Amino acid sequence: MFDEMHGLDASCRPAYAVVEDWLSRTPPEFLARKEREAEALFRKIGITFAVYTEGGDPERLIPFDIIPRVLDAGEWDLLASGLEQRVKALNRFVQDMYHGREIIRAGTVPERLIEGNPCFERKMVGVDVPAGVYNHIAGIDMVRTGPDEFYVLEDNCRTPSGVSYMLENREVMMRLFPDLFARQAIQPVSHYPEELLATLQSVAPPNCPGDPVVALLTPGFYNSAYYEHSFLADEMGVELVEGQDLVVQNGVVMMRTTEGPKRVDVIYRRIDDAFLDPLAFNPDSALGVPGLFEAYCQGNVTLANAVGSGICDDKAIYTYVPDMVRFYLGETPILNNVPTWRCAEADDLAYVLDHMAELVIKAVHGSGGYGMLVGPHASKADIEEFRAKLKAKPHDYIAQPTLALSTCPTFVANGVAPRHVDLRPFVLLGGDAVRIAPGGLTRVALKDGSLVVNSSQGGGTKDTWVLAPAAQTQSQSQSQWQAPRQPVAEG
Amino acid sequence: MLSRTASNLFWLSRSIERMDYVARLLDVAQRMSVLANPNSLNEWHSALIAAGCETPFFELHERSDEAAVLHYLIRDRRNPSSIMSCLVQARNNARAVRAALTLDVWEAINGAYLESREFDEETFSSDNFSTFVDWVKRQALLFNGAYSNTLLRTENFNFLRLGTFLERADNTARILDVKYHVLLPSFEQVGGSLDYYQWAAILRSVSARRSYHVLYKGRVVPWQVVEMLILRPEMPRSLRSCYEQVLENLDVLAQRHGGRAGEAHRLAGEMHARLRYSRIDDIFQRGLHEFLTDTIDRTGVIGEEIQKFYLG
Repeated sequence: MFDEMHGLDASCRPAYAVVEDWLSRTPPEFLARKEREAEALFRKIGITFAVYTEGGDPERLIPFDIIPRVLDAGEWDLLASGLEQRVKALNRFVQDMYHGREIIRAGTVPERLIEGNPCFERKMVGVDVPAGVYNHIAGIDMVRTGPDEFYVLEDNCRTPSGVSYMLENREVMMRLFPDLFARQAIQPVSHYPEELLATLQSVAPPNCPGDPVVALLTPGFYNSAYYEHSFLADEMGVELVEGQDLVVQNGVVMMRTTEGPKRVDVIYRRIDDAFLDPLAFNPDSALGVPGLFEAYCQGNVTLANAVGSGICDDKAIYTYVPDMVRFYLGETPILNNVPTWRCAEADDLAYVLDHMAELVIKAVHGSGGYGMLVGPHASKADIEEFRAKLKAKPHDYIAQPTLALSTCPTFVANGVAPRHVDLRPFVLLGGDAVRIAPGGLTRVALKDGSLVVNSSQGGGTKDTWVLAPAAQTQSQSQSQWQAPRQPVAEG
Repeated sequence: MLSRTASNLFWLSRSIERMDYVARLLDVAQRMSVLANPNSLNEWHSALIAAGCETPFFELHERSDEAAVLHYLIRDRRNPSSIMSCLVQARNNARAVRAALTLDVWEAINGAYLESREFDEETFSSDNFSTFVDWVKRQALLFNGAYSNTLLRTENFNFLRLGTFLERADNTARILDVKYHVLLPSFEQVGGSLDYYQWAAILRSVSARRSYHVLYKGRVVPWQVVEMLILRPEMPRSLRSCYEQVLENLDVLAQRHGGRAGEAHRLAGEMHARLRYSRIDDIFQRGLHEFLTDTIDRTGVIGEEIQKFYLG
């Protein structure tokens, strides 16, 4: 098992030198006190985490671990270039699916994956989106199994959440341990909201009359991610709107303000396609804006992410992403997928049926751990029940080996102990550049031996540090972020 | 700013102000009922009228006895103006615009909501009635203090102020009108001792007994109480003071919006001028009750115009 601090033996990997030294000289009582301080800070800064759940139960804070997870600059650069490549390829794929479908005609991806995909939106066929960008904001879930082994677990191109934790975690760490930040240069992440705004402004619709007005569309304060919505809107300095605040007049989206109707050009929407517009999609949606989709098709407003971009989140599509990188970009994929069996293919299915007790089997359309069988932890009866489902609809499933996820030192009840982690970096794809906040959100399974990092099942989060390149002085690293990369693809 | 945000702020401060008013109203009714003969339903009935709840109350109850009225005005959730309904409404408004408020403002509201559970049906009795009234008044003071002291002077502030003072104008008119509805028993005379105590109860309910003596330096006489609560600029709850604030905040909004103003601005200006230049003798001569009813109606219309112009 690979530990990110100790590697495969008990040595200390260079990236963790400062952290290890700090841990070796810090008594557990001090860590415990800092942990309580962190909790108090979260309640204060993020009091709204608890506020928006009825009763204000403090237990609802997602546990925060005060030991950071560290990546060195080389590791990160490789990840970042891989993420950029992957997100560009995914974007080209979505564009292709709503236009010529070249990758299907070339026989690389089977057509049924699109036709049977619940996120495929027929109304988007032939619609051109500003700058050709569909996946403006993507969260790519990664796991690690060794010093150089990173795998993509899944792609989230619908409305990935969690970035507010990335930002708040850093804020809290900087307040708690200023010394640690002084001892080494850590690449900052706090520019994310500005970068997000720049990304959104870079995809203004063709009929935008001037500087684009951006708004964030939320389902409202009953939504579990509402805190993040209001946090991001605040940080970007844009209005946080609900469907009822918007109205479409003559094909133009307006928000109702105290000064009368005001035009909105770019909407960062945090509601699903189906609820966007009762006239175009789910007619029962009370969250959406009648006429919004028509305004979108006319080029009067940009929606981020684009309607229908969720096709990438499908786990059967996922298996083809390395092929997309080769097909659209003519490049060799930098990031690996977890080796995956496609149950739709006879040989793979036969193998999966023979090895169910060892594999993780996932429904292709599922998310958040639903419709999943974890072979090693399943009972005989569970496996047999799942076997029947799998045989009935093999197309709906993929299978993967259970991976030995890396661990990171984590402060738990009986001191510092290794716990399994994953990583969700956030990639911003604009009309002008790709922007990636160095690091992302690290989730940690707080239970000993557990691989489940979901907050609903005892998972917590950590601050994720990307060290500045060795040659770089700290002042440089503080002033730079991720420099804009080259322009994105053809529009 | 978004109309929805403005609307939530406007109704947030209105709800808190109304909560405060209903508590004060019950306080008056309680004091008056102690003075009256024990079987009288008069005072509690008048409280319902002054709360604007007479019709819906009698759809649910036959008699306006003390217990029924207290329950209806304090915690009945079917009554949107009950103290508890106002508090829950205020908290919902605040929650919807949490980012537009400071932590102190939010804590004032949320704290009130959490503490209100201590006054549940079982533990509530006439013994702790005055404790409860004091508690409600304190929550309103805390909220008003929190937003006055901590909120940025942006549109957010103006809409909270509009809500507070429009509601307060409405309430001042209504609480004065209680006296009209509480008829003196036939053996009592206008200007007699019961009449005196009733006016004194009104003064006390708006925390103005001491202020009255500062301004008038003499015994409590009706026309001076009325003058104080309608026309005196020194009295922060007077109709004139309330309208001064309403007008000022509407003016600031108009300035912020490059002069954009509507019917609400005109009506508020007209109302303010009337209060500024009226004489109390004329108001009595034309009929106090008529004057108050007219004020309540006009205040309602201004509220609707603000709604249409800014919040719709």
